[in-house]
Amino acid sequence: MSKTPLLEVHGLTKYFMARRSLLSRRQKLVRALEGVNLRVYQQETLGVVGESGCGKTTLGRAVMRLIRPTSGQVLFEGQDIVPLDRREMRRYRRDMQMVFQSPYSSFDPRFSVLNSIAEPLRAHTTLRGEVLVSRARELLEQAGMPGEILFRYPHEFSGGQLQRIAVARALALNPKFIVLDEPTSALDVSVQAQIINLLQRLQRELKLTYLFITHDLSVVQHISDRIAVMYLGKVVELSTTEAIFYETRHPYTQALLASAPSLDPELRQERIILTGGVPDPADPPPGCSFHPRCPMVMPICSQIEPTFTDVGDGHMVACHLFGEQRGA
Amino acid sequence: MNDVLLSVQDLHVRFKTYAGVVRAVNGMTFDVRQGEIFGLVGESGCGKSVTGFAVLRMVPYPGEIVRGGINFRGEDLLQKDESEMQDVRGGHIAMIFQDPTASLNPVFTIGNQVTRVIRQHMSAGPGEARRRAVEMFDAVGLPDPARVFRAYPHELSGGMQQRVMIAMALSSGAELLIADEPTTALDVTIQAQILALLTELRAKQGVSILFITHDLAVVAETCDRVGVAYAGDIVEMGQADDVLHRMKHPYTQGLLAALPRPTYRGQALQSIEGSVPDGIYLPPGCPFHPRCPAAMDLCQVEKPPLFSVGPEGHVAACYLYAQEELA
Repeated sequence: MSKTPLLEVHGLTKYFMARRSLLSRRQKLVRALEGVNLRVYQQETLGVVGESGCGKTTLGRAVMRLIRPTSGQVLFEGQDIVPLDRREMRRYRRDMQMVFQSPYSSFDPRFSVLNSIAEPLRAHTTLRGEVLVSRARELLEQAGMPGEILFRYPHEFSGGQLQRIAVARALALNPKFIVLDEPTSALDVSVQAQIINLLQRLQRELKLTYLFITHDLSVVQHISDRIAVMYLGKVVELSTTEAIFYETRHPYTQALLASAPSLDPELRQERIILTGGVPDPADPPPGCSFHPRCPMVMPICSQIEPTFTDVGDGHMVACHLFGEQRGA
Repeated sequence: MNDVLLSVQDLHVRFKTYAGVVRAVNGMTFDVRQGEIFGLVGESGCGKSVTGFAVLRMVPYPGEIVRGGINFRGEDLLQKDESEMQDVRGGHIAMIFQDPTASLNPVFTIGNQVTRVIRQHMSAGPGEARRRAVEMFDAVGLPDPARVFRAYPHELSGGMQQRVMIAMALSSGAELLIADEPTTALDVTIQAQILALLTELRAKQGVSILFITHDLAVVAETCDRVGVAYAGDIVEMGQADDVLHRMKHPYTQGLLAALPRPTYRGQALQSIEGSVPDGIYLPPGCPFHPRCPAAMDLCQVEKPPLFSVGPEGHVAACYLYAQEELA
């Protein structure tokens, strides 16, 4: 893993307007992403973990420019892609691909496997005819599917097989960077293992860089080099996988890790059961957005938002518990 | 502790579809004892949810129970008529589901829905039913029970809705709770709250739970005993610790090896080759044999019975253990 960032995100913010209620005209501002900063280095896997509504999917989509961020920068190989228009963006589309959670809704049911895989090739390359078909076959085989299935349709496949085909399609343009948004969450564990192994093998062989979005802590621990933990639109802790799991700093990360059920009794931690649920992102609490549920809450937490600070060795935490080190 | 509350014997459930007859449950046999949490675990399509529905005789059309026995406190539920089953459902056996949002009617208040269940099963007036409902909300840890009573489902979060479902399920004194993936739709921090609530209710109110899930780690944390289902039948059963740490059946071994765990980080995960068989074309013999690394000739011909593989009723349906039985 070299130390050159492939992707840098600075102050990335995305607000959505939503209606206050079904019939109301008044709108509310949903703060899906609030000033996110992170880097993804060449050939690493950065895991993004958090609960529903924390903004992890919005992050993936904003980085891919599937949605336009409200503010902030997304630097891909040093170039800010946020201001680019549709045409200028095309050049980057080849290098950045995405795999989604539900393999069933990732495919047009009327498209054969060949058509699905050929679509990006037709749009971005001059491959046509026999050459195109043989490239599609090669991609399928790379993703562990037999080449003969080119003329079959999505409904003929299981979830795990479709996810392999989705991976084959994502690889069609030889991308450098792939956003994987919960790619195994809809799959059974035995199939999940096949897909994770496939992704890791492809990363090694093709020198890919992954942004791996998931809510599953055991999966993120297995696959990531570094992990960003998100809560209510912000990254609250970011470090190497070992540090996130074994030198956990942020009280939210601690609670999250302790909440996950474990198979191994010796690894079972003292339960930290948080009270209440995640607040409404349209109406976040003042100060640190975790303070109403935080077991370590201090008076300052409800007043001032903690800054995202390096507490040593690049371990970034947004929590007032670690605020003094910065002043000292 | 060892009194059997629910006993499912050789249960077979089929669905007649245009594509063919789907054999969803094929000989499922297990007991849920008084005051225990029994986990029924397996991957999608293993028949675990259908079994839960079958216990309440609520298998959705076109499914039907073709044979087997379901004994609850010594009475055969398959012999009861529809009105007697109405008393059993909710009154003695209650069920909660994966998606609490879909289980609550969006146009009635929570209080309305819960008191209706209470009045159906207990001869309570409106005031008494209300008192009982608020008391149950308190018991399941809902903050401000009176407000919850007046609220509509959309005003509550998923975790709170699931607490309401649990309160509703237990409001009429049910002895057995069938919990079908009750935490799968919830975030981990909320899942931890609901699992803690279920274990607490078992301890305080002595409720027995049939816990249906795909998540082995959830089983490890909550269940006393566990049955692992594959293609509509139990392949391994025993104390949760024995099954999860001294697993004997090749399928259970494969399933556990496929889970990402911190101790194996950096290594490739083991996976089970192939995929779960289609209920229409079940393989002959042991349904796992086409994927089994230890398959023998016999496995392709005859379905193995459960063999004893360890202490305290640890059994596995695999011919690898046939010798131990004879010896």
